[in-house]
Amino acid sequence: MSDFTSNFWPIFISAIVIGGIIFCLVVLFVTSKSHDPRHTGQSTGHVYDEDIVEMNNPMPRWWMWMFIITCVFGAIYLFLYPGLGNYKGALGWTQANQYDQEVKESNDRIAPIYAAFTAMKAEDVAQDAKAMAIGERLFMNNCSQCHGSDAHGSRGFPNLTDNDWLYGGAPETIKETITNGRHGMMPPMAQAIGTPEDVKNVTNYVLSLSSSTHDAKLAALGKDKFTACAACHGADGKGNQAIGAPNLTDDIWLHGAGEAAIIDRINNGKSNQMPAQGSRLTPEQIHVLASYVWRFSNSAKAQ
Amino acid sequence: MSNNNVETFYDDYVIRKFTVMAVVWGVVGMLVGVIIAAQLAFPALNFDLPWISFGRLRPLHTNAVIFAFGGCALFATSYYVVQRTSQVKLAFPLLARYTFWGYQAVILAAAISLPLGYTQGKEYAELEWPIDLLLLVVWVMYALVFFGTIANRKIKHIYVANWFYGAFIIVVALLHIVNSAAIPSEWFRSYSAYSGVQDAMIQWWYGHNAVGFFLTAAFLGMMYYFVPKQAQRPVYSYRLSIVHFWGLIFTYMWAGSHHLHYTALPDWTQSVGMVLSLILLAPSWGGMINGMMTMSGAWHKLRDDPILRFMIVSLSFYGMSTFEGPMMAIKTVNALSHYTDWTVGHVHSGALGWVGFISMGSLYFLTPRLWGLKQMYSTKAIELHFWLATIGVVLYITAMWISGVTAGLMWRAVNEDGTLTYTFVESVKAMHPFYVIRMIGGLMYVSGMIIMLWNVIKTVQMGQATPARIPAVAAHA
Repeated sequence: MSDFTSNFWPIFISAIVIGGIIFCLVVLFVTSKSHDPRHTGQSTGHVYDEDIVEMNNPMPRWWMWMFIITCVFGAIYLFLYPGLGNYKGALGWTQANQYDQEVKESNDRIAPIYAAFTAMKAEDVAQDAKAMAIGERLFMNNCSQCHGSDAHGSRGFPNLTDNDWLYGGAPETIKETITNGRHGMMPPMAQAIGTPEDVKNVTNYVLSLSSSTHDAKLAALGKDKFTACAACHGADGKGNQAIGAPNLTDDIWLHGAGEAAIIDRINNGKSNQMPAQGSRLTPEQIHVLASYVWRFSNSAKAQ
Repeated sequence: MSNNNVETFYDDYVIRKFTVMAVVWGVVGMLVGVIIAAQLAFPALNFDLPWISFGRLRPLHTNAVIFAFGGCALFATSYYVVQRTSQVKLAFPLLARYTFWGYQAVILAAAISLPLGYTQGKEYAELEWPIDLLLLVVWVMYALVFFGTIANRKIKHIYVANWFYGAFIIVVALLHIVNSAAIPSEWFRSYSAYSGVQDAMIQWWYGHNAVGFFLTAAFLGMMYYFVPKQAQRPVYSYRLSIVHFWGLIFTYMWAGSHHLHYTALPDWTQSVGMVLSLILLAPSWGGMINGMMTMSGAWHKLRDDPILRFMIVSLSFYGMSTFEGPMMAIKTVNALSHYTDWTVGHVHSGALGWVGFISMGSLYFLTPRLWGLKQMYSTKAIELHFWLATIGVVLYITAMWISGVTAGLMWRAVNEDGTLTYTFVESVKAMHPFYVIRMIGGLMYVSGMIIMLWNVIKTVQMGQATPARIPAVAAHA
């Protein structure tokens, strides 16, 4: 896409930039040439506020050269690089090309390091000390910002070490999660459930599933209303990894435990997103990273 | 140039008010600066209160030091200088008074609205549209008073200080109108007239010219009057003044895009910004050379004149910052320095070192004269202020250099396997000790300012507001 809406603007820009640099040099030369060396050390004759006098001294020579050199450098730069409107520059450089080039060089350089692991099964990669050292660095660079340096997560950011998986913990599934990201969505359910009373009852039923603190009487009343939730979370409340519906029976609460937090979720729903990493990491890197993440919940098996 | 001059006295009424308020706002703005420096080092100091959280106090700090402290100092000195160098009293004296009250109202509105979270979200242009409009009115009055006085001048030539003040007044009006253009939706909410990368470019065209014309050109105006006055020496080279003025005025206008290197901004815009930032080096140094060479021959005075010392140090920092700036505008250097504390250090070497020191020096010159005295109440206190401020600046900027370069190098360090050597939090940890040093530097700087406030109050109490007589125009002019 062109940076300009018409042919006028690139000419306008170029004229001002070149004209401005020439203007600087002309002012410099004219002011310098018009100086009579005999006037050095003498006053211009201007007097302000009784005692401020301006001398008619020449400009320092080194300073004039500095000015000229920066102008010449600027002219050369604008010849080599894009700057004058639509002119692409003699080198044909663009920042997008430089970026692509650097990414490609880096990917080519690291490819052999990862190539050793691509043929291996994730379970085996998880037992390779060198791969796991790389995996840890990938995790620290790309995952720890949300999931924490220890991968224990925090409110809204899943713990990756507890073997509780929203979408499944098989290496292939983890890879898919990392590559494409995930978008968990629970719609507001208050209307489907009924009155605020009903919401409170069903909340207590949900709490009872994991034997969390709850009111047994209210839970019994709420049991019937749970059918509205069962569509996603299953009749037994154990969730559905195919759609990322959490297991409600394991006392793990991604968005906060307790009655108030759950009522809020039923009333307002929840939308929670993990960004896709596929454009930032190579498939080979994701293979190592997924193995590293898989290992958190399978360290016994991996040993 | 008639002989029966009825206007025999300068109009210094509003200058006295601006002078005192410059010092008061200096203390306030720098104190807020120390608070947010402490918050960066110790985040618990945010106390989980939105009104005093870093995000709201930071714009309060920048607005208070640049526009309240710097602005009041510029109003005071420009009104003083334009009268003295034109040898005529202020035009539209009533408007001049309105500029004082109007400008204080703008500052007060900023001090209330920013902690409450009202902002346009544009750096150094946060104030919402009703305050923007008030500022515009004040600025138009300011221009009328300043240029009106120039028009009435009794001296044939317009003194170089007034070229710089004049450029500052015109360009700030232009910047303010263009960058603050927004569509209001409520009394304290509006949406920028521009979108996307155009908005970013307009913002940094504004932002860098706020540095160029508010914090540089205007203070060069200050320098051109108070340095020759305090040093009692002639201005070194009129020719240098001409060339560096026009060079500065043209090139600054184009330098803003260096704030957006390696972004969505088109390549050509980045190149133009970089090239003209480099060309800016010589015009900037022209001002430093002219100031330094004006002082040459008066070096012995530095020994017992702390005011002159403020001025020479300010020129040194000006020279250093304006070398650093073009260097940081080079794309390869910028790739390291951008988004790090190096930028913060650079800004403060200009703001604390150059703007702060030249203002303090000029205000120390001005205060006793406005109250009919020969010198400040305590020269020893000026001396103490000088050393506190100098050590404070040095601590501040060296801490930020080390912190910035360290972070920049840590961010770009890459392992063999393509991963980053350091996580972000490791770079934050590495910066922490320097944040503490920066806070100590800031604390010293504001301590000096508090001493100045005390000294100014004592001087005002000791003296008496005396009208200054307009001298006869020298035969030459």
